[in-house]
Amino acid sequence: MKAFNYSPEHLTSNRQLFWIAAVLGVIMMAPVAWIIGLSLKDNAELLRGTEAVFSFPYTLLNYANILESSSVFGWFMNSMIVAVGQTVGVLLLSSLAGYAFARLEFPFRKTLFIIVLFGLAVPEQAVIIARHQMFNWFDLHNTHIGLILPNLSSAFGVFLMTQFFRAIPKEIDEAAMLDNASTFRIFWKVLLPLTLPAQATLGIFTFLQAWNDYWWPLISATKSDMYTLTIGIASSQTNFAQSEGLGFLGAQAVFASLPVVIVYIFFQRHIVTAVSGGAVK
Amino acid sequence: MAESYRRSRWTNGLFVVPYLSVFLTLLVFPLGWGIWLSLNKVDLFGGERFIGLKNYARVLSDPIFGQAVKNTLIFVGVSVPTLVILGLFLALALNKTSKGSSFLRGLFFASSILSVTIVTLIWRIVFIPNDGLMSLIFEFFGWQPIGFLSTTGWSLFSVGVATVWWCIGLPMMLFLAALQQIPKDLYEAAALDNASRWRVLTRITLPSIKSTIMLVAIIQVVMQFQLFGQAQLMTNGGPAGSSRPIVMYIYEVGFLRWDIGLGAAASQILFLIILCAAMLQYWVSTRKEEVDA
Repeated sequence: MKAFNYSPEHLTSNRQLFWIAAVLGVIMMAPVAWIIGLSLKDNAELLRGTEAVFSFPYTLLNYANILESSSVFGWFMNSMIVAVGQTVGVLLLSSLAGYAFARLEFPFRKTLFIIVLFGLAVPEQAVIIARHQMFNWFDLHNTHIGLILPNLSSAFGVFLMTQFFRAIPKEIDEAAMLDNASTFRIFWKVLLPLTLPAQATLGIFTFLQAWNDYWWPLISATKSDMYTLTIGIASSQTNFAQSEGLGFLGAQAVFASLPVVIVYIFFQRHIVTAVSGGAVK
Repeated sequence: MAESYRRSRWTNGLFVVPYLSVFLTLLVFPLGWGIWLSLNKVDLFGGERFIGLKNYARVLSDPIFGQAVKNTLIFVGVSVPTLVILGLFLALALNKTSKGSSFLRGLFFASSILSVTIVTLIWRIVFIPNDGLMSLIFEFFGWQPIGFLSTTGWSLFSVGVATVWWCIGLPMMLFLAALQQIPKDLYEAAALDNASRWRVLTRITLPSIKSTIMLVAIIQVVMQFQLFGQAQLMTNGGPAGSSRPIVMYIYEVGFLRWDIGLGAAASQILFLIILCAAMLQYWVSTRKEEVDA
């Protein structure tokens, strides 16, 4: 009776499909391997022909050059400050608001929540010109705070944290209430520790978004010492391949993606949850 | 005691004040202000003059905007089906618990976490004439090399290749999540009937994830309509504007030519398009919940 050792997986996928996917995976990785290869080659050798990638010798010179170039390191620090600042800000604002929306009663709670949800549908393009003017009024361009602030308004975090607070059993806060704990105490001491996995998910997601942000830093950070790494890499692309050499450009790409790749390797599950959860809901 | 916790009190609202103030100043206000700007002739050094819908008329009659809309529509029309079909294929192929599948899932999603500048840097180096990986491959097969980024017709295509490479992870993951939701007994029944794989796919799998396919398509439409960085960095919209998308038009008008009223009008038009798609997404996802329930 063949039918009884069925497996649902066998009916939807099979070996051939897997191998086609594996070949696609190799094609997917080819550009990355190419860049890593270039980054390990001497620029002068590459000028004579990029086929040199496939043969020895390899060198770490391009990476050493990055670490010596003060501007790349400065951009890296800017990116760190902005990404960490945004992550902390989003976690704080979203947790406070998410707790209140999920657990407390106050006037206009439902209306306010619906208005916040509408915020999810507003794309950056619709507000960016006006925001740019506003930041001009307050002289916030080319400052870290000016780079951090705009994305704190994102409704996604509030939405996600509200969902997470709702998922915590009500008995837990009720038990705390019997101890006469204040609302803030219940939030801070009892419930917040329970949302740690959610904080991790939202935090990693926010960090990646901030690290990779392009539009806003492009128009707000116009002085090169205020560039984030994303903008800095973009600016060195404009005189592409002429002055710096392909090996150096490749090394820049690898260096700039290291932090997100490391975050990805360690927190893959959280990232996938945040990204797909956010898209479906 | 529990009663007082649940009672409505305005002090409870203090928890939402920090977020709401940021929300109002940095999202709601600029949204309104942007609409106001789109109705004004804006002087760079301050001062607006109300001119009604003239900016909108100017945008809509600008041939460059028309070209940008056309480019964006072509781009969305080609990249979205590619992402949906490829994402669905990968999800079907990798919907297993084996180590190999899990590795490949991680690999296909990995590109999504890179920033647009890294993605374009990688692909520009791949597409360089003569020395790029593409040229080497073309040479290897004895084909005539193409200036991918500098040829009309190829430039937008090349931007599309980089975009699909960058964005394929999300559709795949959403489809995988949907495949996990299909009740196992449907497959049991099919196994008892000795149904062929193709029949299982077309009669069970695809109908079961119909709403997810819709959802993924709409999410991608919303995302790809906002194409900007890839085009700006890879081709700078060229040659002859043949790869300039709507957002890049807004960027050029608003931040390079400083024609703020015009840029604001163009961005409101884009917002309207995206809003329609987002409404559709909301409608589909609420309907999905009804079906699931």
